[in-house]
Amino acid sequence: MFFIIALLGVSGYFAGLRKSLIIREKNTLHSTPIYHGVLLAVNSSLASILTLVVWLIIEKNIFYELKFFREYLYFLTFIVFSFTATLTYNKIKHEFKARDNLEKIIKLFLLSCSSLAILVTIGIFLSVIFESQKFFNTIPIIDFLFGTHWSPQMPIREDQVGSSGAFGAVPLFTGTFLIAFIAMCIAGPIGLMSAIYLSEYATKNVRNFIKPLTEILAGIPTVVYGFFAVIVVAPFIRNTGEQLGISIASESALAAGLVMGIMIIPFVSSISDDVINAVPRNLKDGSLGIGATKSETIIKVIIPAALPGIIGGLLLAVSRAIGETMIVVMAAGMSANLTANPFEAVTTVTVQIVILLVGDQEFDSPKTLAAFALGLVLFFITLILNYIALHIVRKYREQYE
Amino acid sequence: MNNLKSRQAKEKRFQLYGIFSILIALSLLIILFVSIVSQGYTAFKETRIQLPINFNEEILDPNNTKDWNIVKKANFNKLVKNAVDEIIPGVEGRGNKRKLYKLISSSAEYKLRDLVEENIEIIGTKEKIWVLADDDVDMLIKGHIKRDLPESERRIDNQELQWIAILESKKIIKKFFNKTLFTKGDSAESEQSGILGALIGSLFALTITLVLSFPIGIATAVYLEEFAPKNNKFIDFVEVNINNLAAIPSIIFGLLGLAIFLNFFGMPRSAPLVGGLVLSLMTLPTIIISSRAALKSVPPSIKEGALGLGASNVQAVFQHVVPVALPGMFTGTIIGMAQALGESAPLLIIGMVAFIVDIPQTMTDPATALPIQIYLWADTPERGFVERTSAAIMVLLVFLVFMNSLAVYLRKKYEKDIN
Repeated sequence: MFFIIALLGVSGYFAGLRKSLIIREKNTLHSTPIYHGVLLAVNSSLASILTLVVWLIIEKNIFYELKFFREYLYFLTFIVFSFTATLTYNKIKHEFKARDNLEKIIKLFLLSCSSLAILVTIGIFLSVIFESQKFFNTIPIIDFLFGTHWSPQMPIREDQVGSSGAFGAVPLFTGTFLIAFIAMCIAGPIGLMSAIYLSEYATKNVRNFIKPLTEILAGIPTVVYGFFAVIVVAPFIRNTGEQLGISIASESALAAGLVMGIMIIPFVSSISDDVINAVPRNLKDGSLGIGATKSETIIKVIIPAALPGIIGGLLLAVSRAIGETMIVVMAAGMSANLTANPFEAVTTVTVQIVILLVGDQEFDSPKTLAAFALGLVLFFITLILNYIALHIVRKYREQYE
Repeated sequence: MNNLKSRQAKEKRFQLYGIFSILIALSLLIILFVSIVSQGYTAFKETRIQLPINFNEEILDPNNTKDWNIVKKANFNKLVKNAVDEIIPGVEGRGNKRKLYKLISSSAEYKLRDLVEENIEIIGTKEKIWVLADDDVDMLIKGHIKRDLPESERRIDNQELQWIAILESKKIIKKFFNKTLFTKGDSAESEQSGILGALIGSLFALTITLVLSFPIGIATAVYLEEFAPKNNKFIDFVEVNINNLAAIPSIIFGLLGLAIFLNFFGMPRSAPLVGGLVLSLMTLPTIIISSRAALKSVPPSIKEGALGLGASNVQAVFQHVVPVALPGMFTGTIIGMAQALGESAPLLIIGMVAFIVDIPQTMTDPATALPIQIYLWADTPERGFVERTSAAIMVLLVFLVFMNSLAVYLRKKYEKDIN
């Protein structure tokens, strides 16, 4: 069908081109002949594609019976095409502003592409909200947000009696924040200190050499980090624990958090780098001028001045850590565990979303809906964190402009 | 007040902290690479055993029909067993025999079948053919199973060791380049599994992503940077949305794909088509943001020159500004595609995580992607899969390094052109 429309469009292009070429022989034209041809082709094919799409949407959602009149659809599209084509064709005269018309269409197309971002956000919002709504109809929102027991029924036991499952998400939140906290304990100091060193102490050559290297860490896929956590970090931590006489679970929060920290280091350091470089030079020069050492200047002048920006950056990093999936799916635990002990296995929101949705199951069971409710919470937490962080960073930038 | 000496000592210590943290970051990077390479480099070789196969007429084609449709039902496994009996004769007892035959990968009979299908005239001849060894044998030959461990801790017992020693002394067990890894899909047996299926799945998904997100991303960037009215509430809202999408966790995009594409539009589960759609929504913000930066860095004189000569705004933008910014846009797109290639969380949610042996032929066939294959293999405890996981990671990293260096090269070239 689209092929036929394309063919018709091409013929329309040549028709418009010919007419305008003939006009040009006697009279002056406002736009070059090509514009007339293209306008004719675009106008009429757009009209017929629109007809097609509208027909299909109506058929699918409103009048299913339309399906039996499919053969008229082709006929209708053809009529619409020839109608708009003749209309545009008759418009082609020496003063007709074909280019302006075409440019309007182009701009409209660009605008609709830009609006896609809004559509996607709305789509995310609606899909998560709708499914969560259904979930909260069966499980009260209070139980979900403040319950401390999480055991959604597992697919193997689905036909078992009495396994309705408990959906208290508190252990998931604590697990998520525990792992994110461990990650920030690693990434915060290391990222910040390396940013300070690279921007204040390192020579230009060292900086140009080291910076891309640390940025490699940001480009490694998270599934690779997950594998690294399982195969190297977790056994290492467990063995060290054994030697010290501490029992550490092989899926400990510590291992997942550590590796997630490694992943976030470049993120923290590149944001801190930007922020530190945005501190006005005269603040630094003033401090150095009255005899402070470099480190005193950094600790007492630059960092306090850059603090809002640094905090904003750290918040962005936290939102990254909370939303990160693959590392925790591979390295963190599967069952919910309400604890603050980093040596024990905890589970996170993202892990549970994956567990609930991977595998075959009907779509309307509370289990799958619970995943959307978790997604909703995740969406809001990251949204709020991002909003606060970006707000702080922007305020901070304005302060020094 | 501190005296000068302790202040300077503090200064030194502070610098050391900085160097120390950089060293930690770099050494972690090195540990990561070394551990993956050391786990996985052996996977690029596979162990094969040479068998003297007798394409026996009585087993394959007793009625001498030479018709493939009849021959294909024959017991090809018998050929393998006979050949194994021939090299290691005198093994008695069912249990022992089974153990002996297990040295050879179960793919051997399929290989013979393919050979006969290719050339039916081979029936009745005798040929020496290299077939895959079982994964445990493979691990032993590569040294991942230590021969000096006590028997109870080894997956290969003493008798099997003896047989392998016989094979070694006859020089009919050897390591070859691992063709299986690059020509096969997933398999339950590690020695028969490969990444081709996952690679094709990734390729399909990325094609969709590129086809959708590149034009839309660039159109959005051009509009926002060149045509959008300033101080317009709607445009501000669009910009806020784009920045937000860039920061939303990738798994949420998976939920979107599940709810909208799979449930609402009824698209097939596990299909690269849906994966590509989801990934393109995810990479759009990256492409838009970097394309806008590229457009911003085009000197205004270029546009003004075109406008001054009488070009319309649209003509000036599309014929003069966009061509100059295009390399910068390519850079952003490549970086976005590299991200999409490494992304796995949303693909898990839309069901691209499944045990799929067949290599996908179309965009709607069930498929996995390379990172998902890594995830699936990483979940399998067998040593043979650990090795293959690392190898798959190396292949993935090679692609990423290639894409990122291409992006860096383009950016360098572009910056030179503009200045």
